[in-house]
Amino acid sequence: MEPVEIIQHSGGVIGVAWLMIALPLLGAAILLLGGRRTDRWGHLLGVVMSLASFAVAVLAFVELLGMSGDQRRREIELFQFIPGMVDMGLLIDPLSIAFALLITGVGSLIHIYSIGYMSHDPGRRRFFSYLNLFVAAMLLLVLADNYVGLYIGWEGVGLASYLLIGFWQHKPSAATAAQKAFIVNRVGDFGLAIGVFLIWTTFGSVAYGPVFQVAGQAEQGVLTAIGLLLLLGACGKSAQLPLQSWLLDAMEGPTPVSALIHAATMVTAGVYLVVRSGAAFFPVGSTAALVVTVVGVATLLAGAIIGTAKDDIKKGLAGSTMSQIGYMMLGAGLGPVGYVFAIGHLITHGFFKANLFLGAGSIMHAMNDEVDMRKYGGLRKLLPVTFVTFFIGYLAIIGFPLLSGYFTKDGIIETAMHHSPVLGWLAVLGAGITGFYMSRMVFMTFFGQKRWAEDAHPHESPAVMTVPLIILSIGSIFLGGYLVLGNTLANWLAPAVGGPEEPIEFHFVTTPGIATLVLVAIGAAFAWMKYGRAEVPVVAPRGSFVTTFARRDLYGDAINESLLMRPGQWLTRLAVFFDNRGVDGVVNGIAAGIGGTSGRLRRIQTGFARSYALSILFGAAVVAGALLLVGNI
Amino acid sequence: MTTHYLVLSALLFAIGAVGVLVRRNAIVVFMCVELMLNACNLAFVTFARQHGNLDGQLIAFFVMVVAAAEVVVGLAIIVTIFRTRRSASVDDANLLKY
Repeated sequence: MEPVEIIQHSGGVIGVAWLMIALPLLGAAILLLGGRRTDRWGHLLGVVMSLASFAVAVLAFVELLGMSGDQRRREIELFQFIPGMVDMGLLIDPLSIAFALLITGVGSLIHIYSIGYMSHDPGRRRFFSYLNLFVAAMLLLVLADNYVGLYIGWEGVGLASYLLIGFWQHKPSAATAAQKAFIVNRVGDFGLAIGVFLIWTTFGSVAYGPVFQVAGQAEQGVLTAIGLLLLLGACGKSAQLPLQSWLLDAMEGPTPVSALIHAATMVTAGVYLVVRSGAAFFPVGSTAALVVTVVGVATLLAGAIIGTAKDDIKKGLAGSTMSQIGYMMLGAGLGPVGYVFAIGHLITHGFFKANLFLGAGSIMHAMNDEVDMRKYGGLRKLLPVTFVTFFIGYLAIIGFPLLSGYFTKDGIIETAMHHSPVLGWLAVLGAGITGFYMSRMVFMTFFGQKRWAEDAHPHESPAVMTVPLIILSIGSIFLGGYLVLGNTLANWLAPAVGGPEEPIEFHFVTTPGIATLVLVAIGAAFAWMKYGRAEVPVVAPRGSFVTTFARRDLYGDAINESLLMRPGQWLTRLAVFFDNRGVDGVVNGIAAGIGGTSGRLRRIQTGFARSYALSILFGAAVVAGALLLVGNI
Repeated sequence: MTTHYLVLSALLFAIGAVGVLVRRNAIVVFMCVELMLNACNLAFVTFARQHGNLDGQLIAFFVMVVAAAEVVVGLAIIVTIFRTRRSASVDDANLLKY
């Protein structure tokens, strides 16, 4: 089934869908411009704006539900952005509204959670203004009806991410991490920008409707080039290989930021881009789609391996995020069936990963901001709500049967297996490693002996933090089954991204499904033996070279450093040398030459009138002689 | 016929030029300059006579006027220098230099 045509729309809630973007943007503006005056109620305004945006999204969703399937792609004209080139408008279709619901829904929960988490922080108002800014930019990214609007949102979320990673900018590590995230994203954004330029020169338009309509007529090479450039952008934003290095450092930001931006929403923008452009630039069997799947599989393994060795709970979760987005990327490269599971996994992952991150935040809140899991242990009795919700998130992410992650991840694995057994089995292996590292995290944190620091007095977090956790964990249980069983999500997305030829049937008992479960069980058992039953040393043992390999993020930073940073430094040194010795040398040389010559020439001015007279006489004689000579010729 | 006048003019000019170059006393140098000017005047007048027009004579009058003005200013400077430095030697007045 092909995507349906886009219909111009006005009126109704969809007609004012721009409010979704405008409200949080207004919130951010008020909080940033209002300054200290808004300190007292700033966080409440941030939450209200986010909730209001969520309400508009829900109403627009309901209005969309009221239409028949072939009417569900509505476009709203807003204004002429660049006359004759970009007409800014919003595209409200099943895909974008699904994202809008996730962003504003999970975003609002995280806003509420942050009231508690940031209650002692003097910069809480600033924090909420950045969060609102992020929500606005992310909504522009997914709702825009053209690539330029998407790009503006893309840069906007990058800015918000930069500001929030470096929120505690007095810590040098946070400031550096923010810069690293920004610079690595620049590489990806560069690719996206060139890709959009290429779309403009090839199709003469940047709006989704016209571009997708004529995309099939362009040359294959151009389509592949656009696809790969867009993928480069997606890799930067979604922390996929080879641009993954920033995500682990991004954990320097406050935990709600890690949950909202670096787990649930922003890092999935790359998946959105690939799925949105999928039919046009990543058709099944094309080179670009193949590269997408390869990147996805490589990242899902790399992220999982990194996750196994991290003692920092947030970094472990960050590795896990990389890995899960790798699954989504893999799905996004597999055509309409893959899109359904990629978006499904994206939504369920948004819930259970936000759940896990906020749980980690709750643990840190209880343990004086300690992030080292080796100093946790035995916390399940003292943090009962956090433990239960975290455990549900854990079961969801490892794909425990009938929980959210089970349906969506298994769907991706099955689809990949159907497409290419190699990709499928690698994805199964990744799921097994997920079982190990997530179990390790749970056992190190909640089970075993207490290994706390002396001044730690763990206590359960306030309700403002636990209620969002409970809501998210309920989503982590039921959402996957709801979306996948009965083809709910597939039917919903079909008008936007094209549906599969025949309905997807979800089989509970399949070879890869069982293999996944067995591997996950083995991983979990291995983790229990190593971290549950056995004593966990407080200081990390040195470990084998494989452990070091994983601890050092698969030497990603070392590779970047030796391949890019060092040659770059040499290049700048060469340029500085050339500038100092070459350019400056010529300029200074000329000046010194003139100076030296004049210094010597002025010695002629002796002050003796008679010597001047002699030179005048001599000069006159020369002139006279010359005149005589010329006169004779 | 005019050759004699021109030779005389050249002789006078040469004497004046050598005087300017070799003498130190400012007054003598000054007189030598006058000598050179008058040598020029003689040459002008000679050529005027030879060519039968009055241009040279006219120029000679100009030279005389300029020479008179120059004497006035120049002597004033020399007297002032002598008063302050107790010397009329052109080699002593060499402060204005590099």
